[in-house]
Amino acid sequence: MSETEGAGEVRHGPFPSGQTPSREWPFYYDYATECPPPPGIEAEKTSGYPVRPGEDYGFFTDTTLCIGCKACEVACKEWNQLPADHIEWRATSYDQTRSLGHSTWRHVKFIEQRQAEGERPRWLFQSDICKHCAHAGCLEACPTGAIVRTEYGSVLIQQDVCNGCLYCIPSCPFGVITLDRESDAKAHKCTFCYDRLQDGMEPACAKSCPTDSIQFGPITQLRARAQARVEALHDQGFPEAQLYGDPGGQGATNGVEALNSFFLLMDHPNVYGLPEAPKLPARQVAPGLLTSLAAGVLLIGATAAALLGSRR
Amino acid sequence: MPGLGTSFGRGGATTAQWDLQNAQCIVIEGSSMAENHPVAYRFVMKAKERGATIIHVDPRFSRTSSLADLHVPIRPGSDIAWLGGLINYVLQNDLYFREYVIPYTNAASIVSEDFEDTEDLDGLFSGYDPEERRHQVDTWQYEGQPVPAPGYNPVQLSTQEHIPQTESLTEKPIPRDETLQHPRCVLQILKRHFARYTPEMVAKTCGIPEELFHQVARVLVENSGRERTTAWCYAVGWTQHTKGVQIIRAAAILQLLLGNIGRPGGGILALRGHATIQGSTDIPTLYDMLPTYLGQPSAQKKHEHLEEYIQTEQSPTGWWVNYPKYIVSLLKAWYGDAAREENEYCFDHLPRITGDHSQLPMTMAIHDGEIQGLFLMGQNPAVGGQHAGFIRKALASLDWMVVRDGFEHETAAFWYASPEVRRGEMDPKQIKTEVFLLPAALAGEKDGSFTNTHRLVQWHDKAVEAPGDARGEPWFMYHLGMRLRKLYAQDPEPESIRVRQLLDLTWSYPLEGERQEPVVESVLQEINGYHVTDRKPVQSFEDLQDDGSTACGGWLYCGVMPEPGVNLARNRLPDPVEGPGTHRNWGYAWPSNRRILYNRASADPDGKPWSEQKRLVWWDPEQGVWTGNDNPDFPREKAPDYRPDWSRNPRGMDAHPGTAPFIMIADGLGWLYAPSGLQDGPLPAHYEAVESPVRNPLYGQQISPTCQVYHRPENPIHAVDDPAYPYVVTSYRLTEHHTGGTMSRWIPWLAEMQPEAFVEISEELAAEKGIENGDWVTVYTARAETEMRALVTPRIQPLHLDGRTVHVVAMPWHYGYIGLAQGDVANDLCSLVTSPNISIHEAKAFTCNLRPGRRANAENTPVGHAGNGERNQRS
Repeated sequence: MSETEGAGEVRHGPFPSGQTPSREWPFYYDYATECPPPPGIEAEKTSGYPVRPGEDYGFFTDTTLCIGCKACEVACKEWNQLPADHIEWRATSYDQTRSLGHSTWRHVKFIEQRQAEGERPRWLFQSDICKHCAHAGCLEACPTGAIVRTEYGSVLIQQDVCNGCLYCIPSCPFGVITLDRESDAKAHKCTFCYDRLQDGMEPACAKSCPTDSIQFGPITQLRARAQARVEALHDQGFPEAQLYGDPGGQGATNGVEALNSFFLLMDHPNVYGLPEAPKLPARQVAPGLLTSLAAGVLLIGATAAALLGSRR
Repeated sequence: MPGLGTSFGRGGATTAQWDLQNAQCIVIEGSSMAENHPVAYRFVMKAKERGATIIHVDPRFSRTSSLADLHVPIRPGSDIAWLGGLINYVLQNDLYFREYVIPYTNAASIVSEDFEDTEDLDGLFSGYDPEERRHQVDTWQYEGQPVPAPGYNPVQLSTQEHIPQTESLTEKPIPRDETLQHPRCVLQILKRHFARYTPEMVAKTCGIPEELFHQVARVLVENSGRERTTAWCYAVGWTQHTKGVQIIRAAAILQLLLGNIGRPGGGILALRGHATIQGSTDIPTLYDMLPTYLGQPSAQKKHEHLEEYIQTEQSPTGWWVNYPKYIVSLLKAWYGDAAREENEYCFDHLPRITGDHSQLPMTMAIHDGEIQGLFLMGQNPAVGGQHAGFIRKALASLDWMVVRDGFEHETAAFWYASPEVRRGEMDPKQIKTEVFLLPAALAGEKDGSFTNTHRLVQWHDKAVEAPGDARGEPWFMYHLGMRLRKLYAQDPEPESIRVRQLLDLTWSYPLEGERQEPVVESVLQEINGYHVTDRKPVQSFEDLQDDGSTACGGWLYCGVMPEPGVNLARNRLPDPVEGPGTHRNWGYAWPSNRRILYNRASADPDGKPWSEQKRLVWWDPEQGVWTGNDNPDFPREKAPDYRPDWSRNPRGMDAHPGTAPFIMIADGLGWLYAPSGLQDGPLPAHYEAVESPVRNPLYGQQISPTCQVYHRPENPIHAVDDPAYPYVVTSYRLTEHHTGGTMSRWIPWLAEMQPEAFVEISEELAAEKGIENGDWVTVYTARAETEMRALVTPRIQPLHLDGRTVHVVAMPWHYGYIGLAQGDVANDLCSLVTSPNISIHEAKAFTCNLRPGRRANAENTPVGHAGNGERNQRS
C-alpha cells in the first residue's frame, strides 16, 4: 500500500487508540500487510464452531426464523457458480426455481395457505437442501463409488468419478439429485461446500443467512440446540413445532436413521412437501429378495410336483 | 426527515438496529422490513425469540407479516387516522407516561390564543392562505413566544417576521401548566384534536376492525412504561405520501406520550431505502441543504449576507446556538485560505436556491427546456421516477446527459429502447439528446463509507480494481473538477463569482496508484474537520469555532477521524455476548458516537434509570457527570437539578434545564405539538391521498391543503371516488431486487429469483374480474397502461370500510424494458404530486383500474389519455 502524500498516514488506523486487534469475532485482517486467517478460524468466528476433519457436521434449518429472503439460494449459486437457468416467472407464490436439482442446491419453498374466514393467511418458508442422510440411499446405490461420505460426515458426489448412470436419482427418497442434461450429463447436488470446509469456512448458505435460520455446526450440538428450541416454542404456545430428521423420528425412518441436515417445522411434513416416512431403496431389497426367493421355491416346488406327477 | 426533526431535533433514526432486540414490542408500519432490511430484521427476530410481540401494519400480508405475531391490514394512505386513533386511546384513558411526558415534552407548554385547530376549521389550521396553499405559522406559536424549528427551517410566509422575536427566548421561560389543566396547554389541545379519532372512525377510515384496534392499543400500552419499551420501524411506506411527514409526526407523538424515546428497546427506526441514504442526507444530495443539516442559502429568505443568514437560521437557545461555528467552519473547509472574515468567508460563493428544485420540479424543468444538461449518477429514473413515461419524454428535451452506472440501464437507453420509442411516440432520429455512458466502479471496487440507517458510518476498502474504464465517483468528481478549474482559469474575468466559486475551492486531495485516484480517507479527514493553523484533526464539534480557525466539512461527523490515520469508521469490535450491547467500538455513529439519541430520557428527571432493566445513561452524582453504556447525548457535566437563571439571559444550552433531553430543540423538549418547522400543520390531521376512492371521513378538507398537485396536460388526476379508477394501488420492493434494478436485474442469480413484473391481487377481485393466477392483466391509470402477470393470493385482502369494499392492488416497481428481469414500469402509473415540507411523491397510495388480458394495441397506446383503458376494453 503506497504512502499518501500530504494526508498523513491515513491508510491504516483500524483500532481506537489503546486497543489492540482482538481475537474475538469478527477478526480484522489487513490483507495487504498481514497473513490471511489460518484454516478453521473463520467458521469458528461466524458459526461458533471450528471445522475439524473427522467430526460430523450438519445444518439445522429453523423455519420459524426464515424470512424467505433467498440469500442462501443466491449465495449457494454464486459460490458454486451454478447457472441461473430458470429465468421465467411461474405464478407459484414467490418461488421461481420450484425444486432442488442439479442447478439449485438450496431452494426456498413458499407455502401459501388461505385460512378460515376472518383469519389471517399463512405463508410458510422453508429453505430445503440435500439432507446428507446418515444412511444415504444415493451413496448405497452409486455403482461407481462416485458418491462418498466425507471426513465432515457429509455426502458428496465426486464429479470426476460420476458416469451419469442415474442410479442415485430414484434412490434418494427426497428427490434431491437430478442430472445436468444440458452440460456434463452427470448427477449434481449440494456438496456441503466441501471446498469451503477444507479452508475452515462454514458453508455459504449458512454464512449468508441474516436471521440464523440456517445454522451450521457439529451435528450433536445442533441436535441439542434444536431440541431446546422446540421446547421453547412449545412453552411459548406453539405445540405444532416439530423436528424433521431427528434420529429415528419423522423424516428419518425406514433405514434413513437420521438426517444430518434437519429441520424445525411448524406443521406436518407433508405441508412442506417432505415425506413423513422416507424409505431407503435398500430396505426394499431384502423383502423383495425374500419374496422372489419364496416365489422361486414355490415355482421350483410346483414344477417339480408337476414333473413328478406327469411321470406317473 | 422533518417528521423526526421537528419532533426530536434531528432527522435521523433515534435508535440503533441492534437495540431492537431490547424491545418488548416492535411495530413495523410503512415498511416490509423483513423483505427490504433482512439483515436488520435479524434483531427483530432476536426480540421475538426473547418473547417480544411483533406487529406488522400493512395493506399486504408480506414476508414481514408472516413472521409477525399480529398483522393489521390497513387501507393505503390512512395511517394518520390509525395512529391518531392510538393517540386518542392513550389520551382518553390517561395511559400516557406522566412522569416522562411532563418534564420531557411540551405537553405543559401553553399555545397562543390565536391558534385555531382542525376542529374549529373543518380540517384546516389557522393561518392558511388558500391562494399560496401555505400556512402563516404565527398563530401556531407558544403564548407570547415564537420558536424557531430545530435546524431545518423551511421557507414560511412569516419566517422573516417571527424569527427575530425568538431572541426573547433568552429572557423568560415558555409559559407552562404542569397540572396539564390549562385549556390551551399542548396536552389539552391534543386531546381535543384527536378526540374524533375513535375506534369506529379508524374502522371506517382504515378498514381495521375495532377488535383488532383495541388488541394493538392494549399491547402498546402494556409494553411501554418504566420496565418495558416499544419500538417503531418505518420506511418509505410512510414517507411517500403527500402527508408522509405528518404520518411520522403521529408516530413521534405516540412514542413521546408512551415514554419510548431515548430509551433501550424504544425509539423510532427510520429504515432508509439504500445502504447509505442516511449518508446522502447527511452529506446531502439534496438541493436545499448543506452538509449535516445547515440550510442552503435561499433567495426567498433574508440570506444576502452571512450575518443575516446566521440570524435567520440560528436558534438563540439549544444546541443550534452553535450554528455560526458550523457554517464558518464549512466555508473554511470548502474555500480554505480564500475564506476570510472580510469576505464573509466566501459566503457569496454558495448558490442561492430560488424555489423547489427537487426531483419532480427538476424533471418538469427539463421537459420544458429550462435545463439542458444532466449528470445522472447511480439513478435510474426511467424506472424509479414517478410518472416515469413523462420522465422519459422529458429526457428527450436535454442537449446532453452523462450517465455513470454499472450497467446500461433504462434511462441511458431511453432514446432507443423505451416504450415511447416502440410505440412510435418518440423517434430516435429526432431525439437530440447526446448520451455519454460512463462505466462506474461498484462498491467492492472503491474505498468509501456507508452511513447506514442508524447513523452508523462504516468504512469499506476496495477489494479489487474496477475493470476497464470503470471508475469510482471520487475519481470522476475530482478529475472533472480539475478540468473545469483549468478551463475557468482562462476566463477573461478571473475575479467573477463563477470563476472564484471553482478556483477558490480546496481541491488538493492526495492521489494514489496508476489511475490517480483521490485518497478517499482524506475526504473523510476533511469532513471530520481540522485546526487551520496546524492541520491537526478536531476531536469533536465542540472544538469548532466561528472565527475561521477551524475547518470542517460536516460538523456532525466530527470525531470520526480524531487523530491522523485513525479512522473510527473502520472499527469492527463488537461487545461480548454479555453486553452491554451498544457496540460503541463497531463503526462510528454521529453525533459523537452516540448510539441511542436523546438518551438523557433513559433516566428519570433526577438522573436515575427508570428501571434496572431499562438502564442506559445516568447521572453519577459523585463524579458529577453523565455516564452509562452509551455516550450521553447531553452536556456531560450538566446536573439534573440545573435550572436556567433567567435574570442573566441564558443562551444556548444554558437556557435548558438539566431535565431537557432534546438538546437540538429551542426549548429542549420533545415536540408533541410543533409550533414551527412544518408547512402543513403543527399536528397531524388525516387527509386522503390526492387520488382516493373515498371522501375524507374526518374533515371537509379532502387532501393535504399544502401539497402540490401539478396540473399539466401530461398529468391527469383521478377524481375522488372515480368509478373509472376504483382500486387503490400501492407499490413495493422485493428482497430479490434493489430499487430501479440496476444492481440486481442484470445479475443472473438475482434475476432468476424474481424474473418478471407482476401484480398482486386478492382472490375476490380476481373472481370479480375473471382473472386466474398467472394470467396477464392490464393495470391502468389516466397516465399510463401497464401489463403484468397476476399473482392471485389470499395475502391481499379486500378492506371493508363503512359497508363498502375497497380492493388493493399491489405491485413491485423494480422492472423495466432492458436487463435480464423485465416488465412494464409500474411507476408509469403514478402522478406528479408532491408533499409539502420535502416535495416527495405519492407512490404508496393512488387509484387505478385493471382488466384481464394484455395491453390492447400494446405498442400504440397513447399515454395521458383518461379513460383509455375503458375504451380499449370495449373495442
